[in-house]
Amino acid sequence: MGVDVFEITVNFLKMVIIFLMMVQIVPLLVWVERRGSAYIQNRFGPNRVGPLGLMQLLADAVKFLTKEEFIPARGYPGLFYVAPVVAMIPAALAFGAIPLSMPINIEAFEWLGQHWGPYIFKFQSYEIGIGIVFVLGVSSLAAFALLLAGYGSNNKYALYGALRASAQTISYELAMGLSIVGVILLFNSFNFIDIVNAQSAPLNFNFFGHRAEFSWLPNWGIFYQPLGAVILFAAMFAEANRLPFDLPEAEGELVAGYHTEYAGFKFNMFFIGEYGHMLVASALMVIFYFGGYTLYPFFTPETAPQMMTKLVGHLGMTPTSNMANVLGALLLHVVMLAKIVAFLWIFIWVRWTLPRFRYDQLMDLGWRKMLPWALANTVLTAFFILIMRYPLWGV
Amino acid sequence: MSQLLPVLVLAIFVAVFGVVLLWFSSLISEKAPRNSVKDESYECGLPSDTSGSTKISIKFYLTAILFILFDIEIIFMYPWALTYNDFISAGFGAYSLMAMGVFLAIFIFGLFWEVKSKALEWE
Repeated sequence: MGVDVFEITVNFLKMVIIFLMMVQIVPLLVWVERRGSAYIQNRFGPNRVGPLGLMQLLADAVKFLTKEEFIPARGYPGLFYVAPVVAMIPAALAFGAIPLSMPINIEAFEWLGQHWGPYIFKFQSYEIGIGIVFVLGVSSLAAFALLLAGYGSNNKYALYGALRASAQTISYELAMGLSIVGVILLFNSFNFIDIVNAQSAPLNFNFFGHRAEFSWLPNWGIFYQPLGAVILFAAMFAEANRLPFDLPEAEGELVAGYHTEYAGFKFNMFFIGEYGHMLVASALMVIFYFGGYTLYPFFTPETAPQMMTKLVGHLGMTPTSNMANVLGALLLHVVMLAKIVAFLWIFIWVRWTLPRFRYDQLMDLGWRKMLPWALANTVLTAFFILIMRYPLWGV
Repeated sequence: MSQLLPVLVLAIFVAVFGVVLLWFSSLISEKAPRNSVKDESYECGLPSDTSGSTKISIKFYLTAILFILFDIEIIFMYPWALTYNDFISAGFGAYSLMAMGVFLAIFIFGLFWEVKSKALEWE
């Protein structure tokens, strides 16, 4: 009983903290986006409120909260209010399944006169065995929120935006789902932690029955799946409705697309959803192709606790193995966050560099170019895995 | 089931979080008198006469139908990808690849036919 209560509490707190982390990162990203775009376009951006304009985030939040409540007379209030709440859910659910650091193995110890542990602390809201399928399935639910918003507003711009959004999301989901098949073929698992662990080793593969190994390179997916990585990353832009694929809110044609009628915090919730999708997309790219929370020669689940033991040793303390594991996991967490931030910056960079596609070009790219290329990637990967494992010249 | 229970809990938590925020926002937000012009749907300053239920292109519907077909085909490739290495280890790699090849041939034929029949043309 006591163990159950403890476990439920820990899991619930983890969930809440990871969700709030996602919500908190949104104003920061908005600030980075505004400052970054200003930097790219040789402007200043927000620089008046607080140091570097950072207090602008707080000012914006207050402004969002105190905006007048508005609902168009012709709209459907039920759908209109449900849509922004629904917009946040898929991104939050998907982000919860992503491991942000290695699982911490806590051995049994005594504290305050009581026995604790052993316990395995997972650095994610919940571990799902078929993580990839879950994240893909859940994040594609985002199209519903946009459809609800467009239909609930009962405004033709909002409706066109919502229709474009759903058609575009589902079109690019094909290429996205297909490019991930290459990753599954390669790492032989649906589980994120297994995939990351496979990448924390030196680059090694079968070469016609021989074993090839490069000890100075990490075993990252990008070395096996460069085409898949490019297709997945491009499809992610369409999934998150970002430029160059932001047709659903193309302001030159549709005013503001599906959120034309939204203001105040309801509008902000769509933003949380969109940036949440960027976050999930970056995390997926990092996990599939760039080693997740590991960085092979330096930071792996094995070396990180040792490094932290040494570091704390320099301060004149000898940490227990539990403490070393916790510190090591935090170190790997920083590695993961650094990689995610790098990808988030690429998202922002691309948005302010590339112009928008035309709608027919967008659909053309998704169906007639990316889908066949993703198919070719899958077939080639399967073919190479097969012939590389066959000892053709006799070993 | 127990694996998916936390997902449900998180979904409910996020929904409650959103509803509470909307409610709080409506509590402290600016209150102003409303009138029929202000409550109109936005339409670039013109009096709005077209409602949201206008005619829309059939292409959106067609795209959705095609998506369902192709998405199901792609989902069938996931279990194959997961077991492919086991098939190779057991010595049936070529068989597994050829079995998938037949499936993919149908897939590619479908895609080819779709392009040929101009189902994907947007003008």
